[in-house]
Amino acid sequence: MNKRLGERTLKFETMPYIIGYAGVAGKSEKEGPLGDYFDLTFDDDLWEEKTWELTERKMFLNAVKIASARANLNISDINFLFGGDLLNQIITAGFAARELSVPFIGLYGACSTMAESILAGSVFIEAGFADHVACATASHMATAERQYRYPLELGTPKTPTSQTTVTGAGAVVLAGTGSAGMPRITHATAGRVIDMGITDANDMGSAMVPAAMETILTHLQDTGRQPEYYDVIVTGDLGIFGSETLVRMTREQGVDLGEKHVDCGVEIFKGKKNIYSGGSGCGCGGSVLTAYYLKKMHDSRLKKVLFVATGALLSPTSTLQGETIPSIAHAVSIETEV
Amino acid sequence: MDYLKAFAVGGVICLIGQILLSKTKMTPARILVLFVTAGVVLTAIGLYEPVVEFGGAGATVPLTGFGYSLAKGTFKAIGENGFLGVFTGGVTATAAGIAAAVLFGYLIALIFNPKTKK
Amino acid sequence: MPKSHLLRECIMAFIVGGLICVLGQAVSELGKSWFSLDKEGASAFTAIVMIFLGAFFTGLGIYDVLGRFAGAGSIVPITGFANSIVAPALEFKREGFILGVGAKLFTIAGPVLVYGISSAIIIGIIYYIFGGR
Repeated sequence: MNKRLGERTLKFETMPYIIGYAGVAGKSEKEGPLGDYFDLTFDDDLWEEKTWELTERKMFLNAVKIASARANLNISDINFLFGGDLLNQIITAGFAARELSVPFIGLYGACSTMAESILAGSVFIEAGFADHVACATASHMATAERQYRYPLELGTPKTPTSQTTVTGAGAVVLAGTGSAGMPRITHATAGRVIDMGITDANDMGSAMVPAAMETILTHLQDTGRQPEYYDVIVTGDLGIFGSETLVRMTREQGVDLGEKHVDCGVEIFKGKKNIYSGGSGCGCGGSVLTAYYLKKMHDSRLKKVLFVATGALLSPTSTLQGETIPSIAHAVSIETEV
Repeated sequence: MDYLKAFAVGGVICLIGQILLSKTKMTPARILVLFVTAGVVLTAIGLYEPVVEFGGAGATVPLTGFGYSLAKGTFKAIGENGFLGVFTGGVTATAAGIAAAVLFGYLIALIFNPKTKK
Repeated sequence: MPKSHLLRECIMAFIVGGLICVLGQAVSELGKSWFSLDKEGASAFTAIVMIFLGAFFTGLGIYDVLGRFAGAGSIVPITGFANSIVAPALEFKREGFILGVGAKLFTIAGPVLVYGISSAIIIGIIYYIFGGR
């Protein structure tokens, strides 16, 4: 029995419904052009918590709770939680799962976690193991900086290609049944780890573009679709320069993404000063997908969205050891009319 | 006039650092290590003393100046204490700086809190 | 790809670095006139004051703003050394005062001391062997 389409695309016959969704974000994101779309925001970097790690956890928890409420469910109705984050040992998702007391499938996809969790959650729904699953992720600018890069108060300049980790969280609740007009997961294309030899940890965009392109092209080939099929092709966090590179590179491969391509990292901070190449982090794709794109799908302004989240699979140790940066991109096709 | 010389010499040393920062893959930490070591070596071969004579603080405030103090202190201690001076000289000469760094570093970290970037 | 701003970066590094050294010169002169310090005393005094200033402005959250546009102009002077000590210490406060603040003081400045002191010792050995007294 083969339900795999082409090389590595999952075609969902049940087409899980997104019955609930929520996006939570911090101050900088609230001040950006998407500020009014977030379900919950806060005004400083701590949100009345003692550490930034606790703040990140608070965002994750609130995203899951609001998404569940939107789905008219109690947390106890959620059969499985698929979640991950950027921190070592995914403590944000793990400790949040402790509080939620939901069976927990922890994932690490770096910034591709939102798509990865939706892919995995959809499989549980499709296979009939769950009535409701929650898929969530979160990131925080301070927790990411201190783990991967430099202390915040260090006086070193940022390079133009660097991105700012988004302080945000996103969650969706998937179910096997739902109402007409709700966005549904129709396909998911799993990513392959791609490494083009980039070593600059301050230029994630460049490192992730090859993975994004490879997954998008494979998805289109597996499904037999053209870019024009979708209203938008949304990448998680390639940033301004990464986005330019993606469009150029795919054009060289004979595929014109044209006006269809948008990037969450670009959209979330558009128009703000000192944003360098834009936003990044799993919370970037997570919060923008849920707060902005899913809302638009709910209002029927968008009908077919391809969400491609990319992640750079490096660690602080690997860069010190001189390793290059491998990346991955997972794609999920979300449609309202099927 | 001394101030102008300090400005010029200090500026040039930082300029060299900036070129390294922008044009090579050297991280700030590696550049600092390079500069302090360069300060030691240049002082040892007699090339840094004239820069200090001319530039004053312009030569002692950059981290190369820290290397200069380390080297000079070492030579002085060798002259006074023989071989033992090899080990005691550098740290003794820079003791004020190291002690200040430890104490103020700790105190400021105690009093203030880190802030996220805007 | 992003444009290169090398010229602007170099000019800023030159100016900011130069000005910090001018400040150091002023502190040195102050030490000599107010406290009648000799050359060595003034040098130690300057180091202490500049390190304090670097640490203080890091605590205030201003030094990283300076670093953003001054680049090497804020990294290379000894104030930058102080910044590299306070920044990680501040950051890891929440991990406690011994293994957080205490241990992290030297994550970035540590290599400077290791290589600076070691190279001085090696130079000293060479100097001693070749008859320096």
